[in-house]
Amino acid sequence: MPGVINMDELTDVDKAEMERDQKKIEVKLERWLTSKCCTEFMEAVQAGVEEDTLVKGIAEDKNPFKELKGGCVVC
Amino acid sequence: MGEMEELRKEADNLKDQITEARKVVQDTTLQEAVAGTTLVGRVQLKTRKTLRGHLAKIYAMHWGTDTNCSKLCVSASQDGKLIVWDTLTTNKVNAIPLKSSWVMTCAYAPSGNMVACGGLDNMCSIYNLKGKDGNVKVMRELAAHTGYLSCCRFLNDSEIITSSGDCTCILWDIETGTEKTIFAGHLGDCMSLAVSPDFKMFISGACDFTAKLWDIREATCRQTFSGHESDINAIGFFPNGNAVITGSDDATCKLYDLRADQELITYQDSGIMCGVTSLAASLSGRLLLAGYDDFNVNIWDMLKAERVGVLAGHDNRVSCIGVSSDGMACCTGSWDSFLKIWN
Repeated sequence: MPGVINMDELTDVDKAEMERDQKKIEVKLERWLTSKCCTEFMEAVQAGVEEDTLVKGIAEDKNPFKELKGGCVVC
Repeated sequence: MGEMEELRKEADNLKDQITEARKVVQDTTLQEAVAGTTLVGRVQLKTRKTLRGHLAKIYAMHWGTDTNCSKLCVSASQDGKLIVWDTLTTNKVNAIPLKSSWVMTCAYAPSGNMVACGGLDNMCSIYNLKGKDGNVKVMRELAAHTGYLSCCRFLNDSEIITSSGDCTCILWDIETGTEKTIFAGHLGDCMSLAVSPDFKMFISGACDFTAKLWDIREATCRQTFSGHESDINAIGFFPNGNAVITGSDDATCKLYDLRADQELITYQDSGIMCGVTSLAASLSGRLLLAGYDDFNVNIWDMLKAERVGVLAGHDNRVSCIGVSSDGMACCTGSWDSFLKIWN
């Protein structure tokens, strides 16, 4: 079974080793320029905003959550 | 130098290299990039429905995602019940009594066939909603964590991921009730987790003030995000899966981009001094809805990092929040025992 570790059995040295090994993995990551990420982030948001009900609002008669008039609700 | 000191020195050295590498790619900030965009208009959502029925604090809620249950949600309360609600009619579809009332989390399977919950019993209990005789029964009890269950999320009907106060997250095989993978690395209680839209990764937020991105199949931690000054209580993916949003006891939310491997912006206000308990992004990601200890939900413009609205309606802490999968409404759950649907 991969990655089976009993946290209770780890010594402080084990934990320090795990931390060191984890940082060895993370240091190798290829990182994008934040300008590229910001541009993509903005584009992603703008792309979906017109269909976003919480931003644009919804007409009362189209709102599925509108108040049900008449009838009765049995719980 | 002792072995511990050697290891610590190595780790610190690597951390410094990572900090440098992050600085090198930081050619702009999100604040600068959005300088030309307009703030989204004031957001005023109304309570459309109040879901009444729980008799004690609500700790968690989760919307159904399948098209058959996109208006259904499940909630968990320390009155010892899981309730599946039809949010359109406010009817209770199922009211499931729990063995342990100390529940802290609940989840709806993407298929709509199951729900799960767990808490101070250190277990994740799976319930089959579509049993042959119509009764909802416990299908599995997943036991292995040595600390409380803080969060759980289904990948599909046969796999679920849990996070725990024992500092680990576990991927379970529901069929056999056994652990497939244990994700260890956090140095504090894991408080929350979220699965990526493509189901390949998940993120966890913990009391060591960091968020970690995990590759589910490789069973590895890919990235660690720091910056918060206190426990991370809530975590979520930005809708396209390329960024992570966290909420913390330090009264701020942060947006971390996975590709830049760093924070893009912090959502904070000098007037807000209480912890963030829960968060959810609107469908497009334009809005961030965050629940706080002061009983309110603040709505943030995610691009401009300014508050554009407040949901005030609960008489106690807002413990959980979720936006429906079609983005049509948001649901808040509170220690006042009510859930409210807003849009």
